[in-house]
Amino acid sequence: MPSSVAAPTKGPADERTGDERTEGAAPASPAVPARSLLSGLAGWASVAWFLVPALVLFLVFVLAPIVVAVHNSFYKWGGVGPMVDFVGLENYVRLFDDQVFIGDMGRGLYLIVLSITVQLPFALFTAVLLNQKLRGRAVYRMLFFAPYILSEVVTAVLFTMIFLPGDGMADHLAGALGLEGLQGKWLADPSTVMPTLFVVMTWKYFGFHMMLFLAGLQGIPREVLDAASIDGANAWQRFRYVTLPLLGPTIRISVFLSVIGAIQLFDLVWVMTAGGPNHSSETMAISMFQFGFKRYQVGYASAISVVLFMISLVFSLFYQRYVLRRDLSGAVTTGGGR
Amino acid sequence: MNARKAARGLSLHGVIWLIGAFVVVPLIYAVISGFKSTGELTTNPFGLPEHWKTGNYLGILGDGMFWRQIANSAGIAIGTTVVTVAASAMAAFVLARYAFRGRELFYMLFTIGLMFPFAVAVLPLFLLLRTFDLLDNPLGVILPQAAFGLPMTIIILRGFFRTVPAEVEEAAIMDGCGKFRFFWKILLPMARPALGTVSVLAIVASWNNFFLPLLVFNDPKWQTIPVGVQQFQGQYSTDYALVLAYIVLAMVPALAFYAVAERQLIGGLTAGATKG
Repeated sequence: MPSSVAAPTKGPADERTGDERTEGAAPASPAVPARSLLSGLAGWASVAWFLVPALVLFLVFVLAPIVVAVHNSFYKWGGVGPMVDFVGLENYVRLFDDQVFIGDMGRGLYLIVLSITVQLPFALFTAVLLNQKLRGRAVYRMLFFAPYILSEVVTAVLFTMIFLPGDGMADHLAGALGLEGLQGKWLADPSTVMPTLFVVMTWKYFGFHMMLFLAGLQGIPREVLDAASIDGANAWQRFRYVTLPLLGPTIRISVFLSVIGAIQLFDLVWVMTAGGPNHSSETMAISMFQFGFKRYQVGYASAISVVLFMISLVFSLFYQRYVLRRDLSGAVTTGGGR
Repeated sequence: MNARKAARGLSLHGVIWLIGAFVVVPLIYAVISGFKSTGELTTNPFGLPEHWKTGNYLGILGDGMFWRQIANSAGIAIGTTVVTVAASAMAAFVLARYAFRGRELFYMLFTIGLMFPFAVAVLPLFLLLRTFDLLDNPLGVILPQAAFGLPMTIIILRGFFRTVPAEVEEAAIMDGCGKFRFFWKILLPMARPALGTVSVLAIVASWNNFFLPLLVFNDPKWQTIPVGVQQFQGQYSTDYALVLAYIVLAMVPALAFYAVAERQLIGGLTAGATKG
């Protein structure tokens, strides 16, 4: 009997030490002085005083909307008046029958695959170039990062103008290069809109990933690369067998952020194409917006929100559990980000 | 050997210039096109303007609407930053330095927020704000933006607060300093660099936000710069040169801010990403 009583009390304690261990990457946390271990109501009150503003904001504006979305997704509702038409899972059934929504997921996947196979290698390549001794490299870094600072809307309008059929810079450029086949297409044609969108995304975001990689590269000790040189490794071998593995944690974070970014893509697409022509560039967030704010099918739009949420959540949990986990205990490059 | 080295250096610069052109050409195209008339944009797309037309830029700068949007964006960015940083610093303080039951649970709750895409919450958020009567009210943008900024800010600040040695706090308590005074008079001043970083991040995120102001503000007098840019494009969609001039002017504050706060911005973004 005593053992069964002891077991549950031991459980949480184990968990606590587990938590502490995952935080071990942070600089040794000062042991909290025993005196300040909170005792009694006064202690609780002061903790609450500090915690409540953030907690209330978070509960009301971050968590509550998710709960509301789940609730609304079970109703057929136009957005005003009482919500009475309970339809159960009907919205979800309709969702997975909707060719546009299935297409949304396919297009999301398309952008994810291109981001990982084209944008991230491009960003890594640039980072490696700019990690060398080079005249003016600080200027290049600052310049390549600049598009990331601009708002998505400004970027989107800029490229809408550039890809304008007939008068845009891209059409003139295509004409000069003998690529007349592309003229008038770009964002206006279903066959070219997604690649064009991807070029704009790369323009806007590669600098951010480049900065992450540069931080990672600077965390790789000089001696390791020197040792590889002495052992006769050439530049490519040093990159392939030393730099790349040591950059692992940074690359995994970069991939994570690319995926999350692609899943919730909205601003750029909304301003450039609003999902068109004929749904060919629509994303999940655009579908949600169309149904929620243009067609007043709030219940259905809520179901899209919930699915979007579930996809992000499942991906995040899975990724953190199986991919990022091994990076938590002080990998070489985690210091670089500080 | 030296010739080879020189050739390598040259080709290295060549590649970087190519990447640089990819980044810069669209921006320069916009700046120069702003000095043209829309007619000239068709006949002379790449060259310098035949007559440098300043009317596009000056017309926008003389329009009260543009300045109104800048002021709205700035006000909302400042409001968001104050709320985010104040609430986060307080929470991060107890989450970093006090042992109490459920501390890790609270911390985890906030970090989970990182996984919530803003797009998910925007529809119910709109309904919520409508219920609270916060539409066409700056608080309707400031409070949700602050709430979504909490997770990253708390993570960064908590990490920083933990690096302050316990001896500092013990000495302060010895001198008769209470928890509140320690937080306000000692910890916050020590944390100035970290507070700078998270403030810069909050300002940029707010300045660029489009989705929420688009939904919350119906009344043009509240429009922020990103919403204004989109509206302007819709309104003058055929006057390309004027639209390009507008976005160039809309870029200036963000780029100027970047030039001033580059260090905090890049440091904060990379640290935030690797810790989150």
